[in-house]
Amino acid sequence: MKFGIIQFPGSNCDQDAYHALANVFGQPTRYIWHKDSTIGAVDCVVVPGGFSYGDYLRTGAIARFSPAMQAVAAHAKAGGLVIGICNGFQILCEAQLLPGALIRNKGLKFICEHVFVRVETTDSPFTHAGRQGQILRIPIAHGEGCYFAEPAVIAELEHKHQVLVRYSTQDGKVTAAANPNGSAGNIAGICNASRNVFGLMPHPERASESALGSEDGRVIFDSILRSAVMA
Amino acid sequence: MKAKIIVMPKKTVLDPQGKTVQHALESLGFKGIQEVRIGKFIEVELKAGKKAALKKKLEDACHKLLSNPVIEDYEFTIK
Repeated sequence: MKFGIIQFPGSNCDQDAYHALANVFGQPTRYIWHKDSTIGAVDCVVVPGGFSYGDYLRTGAIARFSPAMQAVAAHAKAGGLVIGICNGFQILCEAQLLPGALIRNKGLKFICEHVFVRVETTDSPFTHAGRQGQILRIPIAHGEGCYFAEPAVIAELEHKHQVLVRYSTQDGKVTAAANPNGSAGNIAGICNASRNVFGLMPHPERASESALGSEDGRVIFDSILRSAVMA
Repeated sequence: MKAKIIVMPKKTVLDPQGKTVQHALESLGFKGIQEVRIGKFIEVELKAGKKAALKKKLEDACHKLLSNPVIEDYEFTIK
């Protein structure tokens, strides 16, 4: 499966994603520079974490208008897979490829730690290698990860099972204490209505090898790879 | 001409920064503070033109880039 990782000025998880996909999963992977107006023949686009354009104005606000993101929007519209991790999630929201927005963490602090997320549904190309209710231990590293959308939008996300992962306790309870950043409904990651675009704040690429302390992030990439076999 | 744009978090959006500053003001002894909200102030220098056209252009800029309508409201003046 061919992966393309978008590089913006200020991206800093692009190489982590490259390492995970190319070296750990052995997939053909290449970088796509933000000024490229075509993304070429890729099956899955990764919008990586970091601080694109220095987070100026708002996180993801400037990156959204880059030539590469116009190509990513076209790829998404044509049904291609897109995964946005951390800053990538923020960019996908700004680009309106996903609903809502990520705002300042409720506690104002930048949080860098392993958290638990619960797989809410396996009905997506990003989670179908997992189990519903499966608990994943994956790191987060963000200052602006508080998911916000109007209540009607949240209700629709819930109704259509677009919440793919939710912050929970180690034993799968969705509590306020398990919510690191104040996200509405403990939301850690959502997909779009057609289920081919996924954004999440946790970093599965940093949890894909035992040397990194957790391999739970593999569920996300295994799912994507399996979807290629199924397609 | 100069446009002065104020971008504020929507009332429905949590503003932890404003809350924290409010608490700090209270602990400094400032009385009667009911709410603090923190937003952005943006100045844009514009080539002189018809006010209606400039207004339309700024509306577009605010909607597309300077604010995120999901979480923010904006207002501006042109002088």
